[in-house]
Amino acid sequence: MGTLNIRGTKAIRVAYGEALAELGAERPDVVVLDADLAHATTTCVFGEKYPGRFFNLGIAEQNMMGVAAGLAISGLTPVASTFSIFGAGRAFEQVRNSICYANLNVTLALSHNGLTVGEDGGSHQSIEDISLMRSIPGMTVLVPCDAIEMRKALRAAIDHPGPVYIRVTRPPAPYFTEDDAPFTVGKANTLRPGADIAIIATGLMVYQALLAAEQLAQEDIEAAVLNMHTIKPIDRDAIIEAAGKTGRLITVEDHSVIGGLGSAVAEVLAEGSPARLVRMGLQDCFGQSGTPDALLEHYGLTARHIAENARKLVGDKQ
Amino acid sequence: MTEAELQALCRIIRSDIIKMIGRVKSGHPGGSLSCTEILATLYFKEMLADPALPPEMRDKCILCKGHAAPALYTVLAHRGYFPREELLTLRQLGSRLQGHPDMKKTPGVDASTGSLGQGCSIAIGLALGARLKGTSQKIFAVVGDGEMQEGQFWEAMMSAAHFGLTNLTVILDHNGLQIDGANDDVMCLGNIKAKLQAFGFEVIEADGHDIGQLLAAYRKTTEKPKFILAHTVKGKGVSFMENQAGWHGKAPSAEETEQALAELEA
Repeated sequence: MGTLNIRGTKAIRVAYGEALAELGAERPDVVVLDADLAHATTTCVFGEKYPGRFFNLGIAEQNMMGVAAGLAISGLTPVASTFSIFGAGRAFEQVRNSICYANLNVTLALSHNGLTVGEDGGSHQSIEDISLMRSIPGMTVLVPCDAIEMRKALRAAIDHPGPVYIRVTRPPAPYFTEDDAPFTVGKANTLRPGADIAIIATGLMVYQALLAAEQLAQEDIEAAVLNMHTIKPIDRDAIIEAAGKTGRLITVEDHSVIGGLGSAVAEVLAEGSPARLVRMGLQDCFGQSGTPDALLEHYGLTARHIAENARKLVGDKQ
Repeated sequence: MTEAELQALCRIIRSDIIKMIGRVKSGHPGGSLSCTEILATLYFKEMLADPALPPEMRDKCILCKGHAAPALYTVLAHRGYFPREELLTLRQLGSRLQGHPDMKKTPGVDASTGSLGQGCSIAIGLALGARLKGTSQKIFAVVGDGEMQEGQFWEAMMSAAHFGLTNLTVILDHNGLQIDGANDDVMCLGNIKAKLQAFGFEVIEADGHDIGQLLAAYRKTTEKPKFILAHTVKGKGVSFMENQAGWHGKAPSAEETEQALAELEA
């Protein structure tokens, strides 16, 4: 544990499409919906293999959510995809009332979120989806950190009773988690131990957190790294334990600091175990066009920025 | 049950609707009274709706205009899904009869609805599911005219035609009124028949209070998804409520309840 072992590069959305097509063979009850973004979300892989179980609803996300609800009521297991901004944003109330209020077994695997949407710009960079989805009673929120974890998240979501939101990301990204690493809904994975500070990251920011921890180790700062792949239900025990051990926490997410991982951790700390906390993410602002890497640099969401914050927090205490 | 018996039952259903809303002082009488025959004919004549059947064997009815829950609950109670006495718990804390239909709580309710414009999409999912499973299950969606102003309604209509859902019947309870007044004054719906035909539906017009006409419309076979444009009267059966938008979501006083019941039971 502790050494970053990069085994390859693959977009999480590509892993999603592959995993979905695999599940299609095993699970005849799985049906897939998309809203004219099947090539971008990669549900087209499933659609080509199982055309009878694939429904393209056109550019009509609100209707798609209701159709998914109806398919779930009829006993099938729907997985619906579009971009997060449309699925979690535009169709929020359909997700709330048609799906979640009835506690239906619908998986929303929504892609293209955060700054890593890149060049399409701020209109398409959903930075509120985690906040919106976790606010709905009964909704589970999963944010896989790499292609390996994406496959596990999809299986977990389909087997999980009730609605699940999976945040699927767009750009090619390194994969580094182990094939046999556990994936339990609501249970954070500690990827690296450390007594000086704990970095709690989610999604693509987990990789940046691990890079930051490696830099810090060279300066004799031991940073723990927690992969918080489930934002709801949040792993309270893991947060309280990390706070108790280190007294200093950093959260990192490619999402607004309002309502996302940072808020979820702050809520636990405020009620359970006070500690110093720095929330890294979008600081109540929209993104803009640019390459994903340029945007992460511009908005301060790289390993270097995490390490800087960690040094400050550790220095403050000493 | 004969058509005459069903006609008589509709009077009792209307009385029950008034009693429950009047007693608990909350609920939507106008639109419940306008869809009484539509729901009664579905559950007593047209649908496989015997509560003894397992849910997956029954036909499905989605009450898209969920505020007409008192009408649905009354029909379900008379059909045997739960005791008629339970109707008087409507909208009370802990009741299985929520202000708007909740499939988690109420036996016989096929989908949770009430947020307007969403129900037809659920019905389309059910129709696709029935087709995929190879069942002959029929899916009905009862919509209000006001909710046709929601964009999602038209998304749903487009997809019903696209998927060729001949197992789907959409029934419009067209009473012409919504909360703020007449449809035509609030947001004109235009030529409903022509619009639905253009969206790919077979449109059949019927008097929504005439059991024979409704049954004939349900039973007409079509090559396309079916849309029944049922002309109705908001507040039907209670003289002072008929054609009054003000009775959309207002409960009658004790005195008004007595008067309404006297008219219905005369």
